[in-house]
Amino acid sequence: MFTFDKLAKGTLAAAMGLAFSVSALAADITGAGATFPYAVYTKWAEAYQQATGNKVNYQGIGSSGGVKQIKAKTVDFAGSDAPVKEADLDASKLVQVPTVMGGVTIVMNVPGFKSGDIKLDGPTAANIFRGAITKWNDPAIARLNPGAKLPDLAITVSHRSDGSGTTYTFSNYMAKQSLPFKRDVGAGNTVNWPVNAVGGKGNPGVAANVQKIKGAIGYVDIADAMKNNMTFVALKNKAGNYIVPNQQAVADAAAGADFKVKGMAPDLLDQSHKNAWPITTATYMLAYEKGDATKQKGVVDFFTWSLNNGQKMAEELGFVALPPNVVKMVEAEMKNIK
Amino acid sequence: MNTPSPAVIDPQMARIRTFRLQDMLFHRTTQVFALVVLLALVGILISLTIEAWPSLVKFGPEFLWTNIWSVPDDEYGALAAIYGTVVTSVLALLIAVPISFGIALFLTETCPVWLRRPLGTAIELLAGVPSIVYGIWGLFIFAPLFAEYIQPPLQAWLGDVPVIGGWFAGPPIGVGILTASIVLSLMVIPFIASVMRDVFETVPPVLKESAYGIGCTTWEVVRNIVLPYTRVGVIGGIMLGLGRALGETMAVTFVIGNANRIVGSLFAPGTSIASTLANEFGEADPGLHIASLFALGLILFVLSFVVLAISRWLIARSVGKEGV
Repeated sequence: MFTFDKLAKGTLAAAMGLAFSVSALAADITGAGATFPYAVYTKWAEAYQQATGNKVNYQGIGSSGGVKQIKAKTVDFAGSDAPVKEADLDASKLVQVPTVMGGVTIVMNVPGFKSGDIKLDGPTAANIFRGAITKWNDPAIARLNPGAKLPDLAITVSHRSDGSGTTYTFSNYMAKQSLPFKRDVGAGNTVNWPVNAVGGKGNPGVAANVQKIKGAIGYVDIADAMKNNMTFVALKNKAGNYIVPNQQAVADAAAGADFKVKGMAPDLLDQSHKNAWPITTATYMLAYEKGDATKQKGVVDFFTWSLNNGQKMAEELGFVALPPNVVKMVEAEMKNIK
Repeated sequence: MNTPSPAVIDPQMARIRTFRLQDMLFHRTTQVFALVVLLALVGILISLTIEAWPSLVKFGPEFLWTNIWSVPDDEYGALAAIYGTVVTSVLALLIAVPISFGIALFLTETCPVWLRRPLGTAIELLAGVPSIVYGIWGLFIFAPLFAEYIQPPLQAWLGDVPVIGGWFAGPPIGVGILTASIVLSLMVIPFIASVMRDVFETVPPVLKESAYGIGCTTWEVVRNIVLPYTRVGVIGGIMLGLGRALGETMAVTFVIGNANRIVGSLFAPGTSIASTLANEFGEADPGLHIASLFALGLILFVLSFVVLAISRWLIARSVGKEGV
């Protein structure tokens, strides 16, 4: 009994020591929300833990789920692709900052045509995606591609079947380009696609449909499009240049945007920089203005570390890091997380 | 006097009392287990109804036959999802039942004995394959092959036939109602086939042998002895398959094409109740959207319940008729 007693006491002491050492370090923090930045947040969390020993858990439960959770005070930070509106931020006493950017690309499967071989402008693309243009050799497409031998092939629109931030960004861009698109299809996480459309689950699902269906056109975030070696449509930007999507073009879109607004969520769509990719978006992190001091510090420390050390990791995953001037502004804004 | 002395009765009575107590405890405990199932069932029904309430109030019974599902306009109706669910399940059964019947017959009647066990096990293993695997296989392997080698010939062959031609209209894109039905049929075959095999094995050999003895062919034995004897179990197996097909989520989501509308063509993309739930729940807006998704869940719940009730009724009826 003596040894057992000793053992029990020892275990107890060890457990207390452990508990103490954990609380001495920054506490483990938990976040939940958008699935889009899941890959980069988990990568950052892994590297951050190696560098500092602090743990960050992030669960990709969807943007609206994340916002719901942070309002219910069950997480330390939330991720959302759709920025929360100013009034809502004030009402719920939340701070919002962008963390990483991405682009939504238009991809196609037209036999014989490589990336950038087909050029579209916003209104024409919108007419394709709302089902008003149904053949690849339609005069509207031919006019933008003089000399190209466009095939007499039916267009199949490939879209996300699950509600998603990718659809939100894409449909908002299209709705800005075309009123008929706004009327017929709408703008949001889930919208009304035309008759010649087919839905795939997640970015990989859309990518697979576009790659398998001849005549397909779809939208996929730039990370998944690059991973799958997809064929891009060149899209005309506000400056009038046709851009084949790449990470630099996404970064250039942010360069001209004004982040000095509450919630730091300027509209990044259709920016005027000459090399800007038109369908650009940022994903956002939400935290409380006031809360448990160690947790709050944990959130700020994690994102400060990641924004300064994680650019390369983000780029390898197909995301686009915030430009340095925006990182400075995010750091200043995060001072409000106390 | 024959009466045992109280000193003898008492220990016996005590033992009997303990036994009774044990029996009672055992009875109550198992009863509680069984009631928990019932309670969970009722609980699910109630919570589904509560969550679906805003949608039920807003749209009323028209929800069932309205063919619109528009998130931007906040207007919802379940018809397209119900149509997709029923059509894919029924088509899947049309494909799966004859094949399962053949498999079960071969295994019990004509298969060489050494092959029975490995074949039977293989079929049972198919039942254990997770549905996501069927979905991925369907999307990445089956759908492209289907679009390349099956859809164009089908269109060329049947495309001009009136009425039937319309079922095969539209561009051959691989994913759609028919693809979902075929993948579903593959998923329910192991269930139906193994139930059929098990019930075919219950036919007393003496019945079959006497039929063979008077000169019946294998088909005649199956038609006149095996099938009538096992009708109940066969229907049960088919209903089990139907139940699985109705609720199948992941595999269908991958291959049905996910379009919230009704198109006459079987090549066209559609949607099912389960796949709509899987697709939209994650990012659904609070309010009518969520409530309508819960209403869809409630419909699926009732649909499965009705299928089970009908199968019970059919089984009861066939039992009465056959006197088995």
